Amino acid sequence: MSTELAEVSEESAVALKTKEPAEPLFSKRRKRIVSDPLNEDNPITVQVLGICSALAVTVQFKPTMIMSIAVIFVIVFANLITSLMRNMIPNRIRIIVQLAIIATLVTLVSEVLKAYSYDMYKVLGAYVGLIITNCIVMGRLEAFAMANKPYDSILDGFGSGFGYAWIILVVAFFRELFGGGTVFVGTPLEFDVYGSIGGLMGTSLQTNGLMVDSIGAFILLGVIIWIQRTKNGYVEH
Amino acid sequence: MRQSNLYVILFAIGLTVVFGGALSLTSVGLKPLQDKQVELDTKKKILGAVMDISTIVDPNEILSMYDEKVNAIVVDINGNIVETDDKGNPIVAEKVNIQKNYKLDPQERLYPVFIFSGSGEGVDAYIFPTFGAGLWDWISSYVAFGPDLNTVKGIAFDHKSETPGLGARITEATVQNRFIGKEIYNDKGELVSITMVKGEGNTGLSEHEVDGLSGATMTAKGVNSMLEKYLECYGAFIEKTKSQNS
Repeated sequence: MSTELAEVSEESAVALKTKEPAEPLFSKRRKRIVSDPLNEDNPITVQVLGICSALAVTVQFKPTMIMSIAVIFVIVFANLITSLMRNMIPNRIRIIVQLAIIATLVTLVSEVLKAYSYDMYKVLGAYVGLIITNCIVMGRLEAFAMANKPYDSILDGFGSGFGYAWIILVVAFFRELFGGGTVFVGTPLEFDVYGSIGGLMGTSLQTNGLMVDSIGAFILLGVIIWIQRTKNGYVEH
Repeated sequence: MRQSNLYVILFAIGLTVVFGGALSLTSVGLKPLQDKQVELDTKKKILGAVMDISTIVDPNEILSMYDEKVNAIVVDINGNIVETDDKGNPIVAEKVNIQKNYKLDPQERLYPVFIFSGSGEGVDAYIFPTFGAGLWDWISSYVAFGPDLNTVKGIAFDHKSETPGLGARITEATVQNRFIGKEIYNDKGELVSITMVKGEGNTGLSEHEVDGLSGATMTAKGVNSMLEKYLECYGAFIEKTKSQNS
């Protein structure tokens, strides 16, 4: 054990990765790194992190999807970069270094969005920049990437990223449905649900303004947490 | 070694240089694309005030349509056409930064006017940009008037950070369509502008009022004061053009 530790500090992470003997690419442990954050250890519903953006960007499905992609990109690459540098980062300024990594990646995302998808850039506005302060990203860097190898860190990034993404996408789907009466506006699957049902019944259906408000996201999140905890038998300690 | 002050300082400097360099490169590399997006966005908004362009996907088509149908001039507060700035450089109406002009005294501002002639029989619409404060940050609009310079033909709002789903709804077509056909002058010829009333679902609105936004009264107030203040500044130009036309 002690020789192994010495190795870690002396050699670069990349060299170690190639040396690693037995563990398969998708071992049970590695599958758990990805699957845990999706359900049992979900960043939003169990750790209750990243709530701010979960409330702010989930009014419609399409911006939420772009936001999810942005967060997954940032979290995966921030995890990778931090993990590659973990043996070089001075302990005393590690939080600042992590922040610098995240901020750089977020700025990149924001610039690319502005150049290639200006409409989305305007819709998401400040919230892309606020990924910097998303506790999920920094939490993963500090808790996982600083102590694990690059490949595992990438898997962890995907796990947490998708764990965040599926929750906000579910919230966005229902907020758009009840708040706007539509689904997937702005995508090829766009469909005016309330308009169609109203057309069939010959009346116009009233949308729910509460769902457009942040309160709607809170309620939906609460319902998701309720269902999930009942299913998993999770109890607060 | 990893904890020594020198290492920490050198590490911080190295990190800053690498990340700063990467960001500058991206920023410089993407600048032309971003500028084109901003230009396209401006022209889309100007055209969007008078016609439905949501079905046009090709950016070049929008740009060529703009060149063909829109003639832009810049006027001052007295309605006189301004062609050059203080240094004698020509002024391009599309490049006039409304946000910067908003910060100046109304007397000193430049007021672009976009004249739309789509049908080929004289002027179809006059489009004025406006700028003001919403609830959280700036809001702006391009408002189009018919040849009588009184009846609204269309309006296209934009905003920086109004609340999504509440104030941000001013960018939705259903909200913007409420302005169509409204008038800014009363029977006596006085400017009354157009007021967004409080609450949503109001009936019996006059020709100077539009239905409000539920949950976004502050944004609506911003819209009202923006329209009133800016239309007042365009008053001289409107008077002049009216007397020329008649």
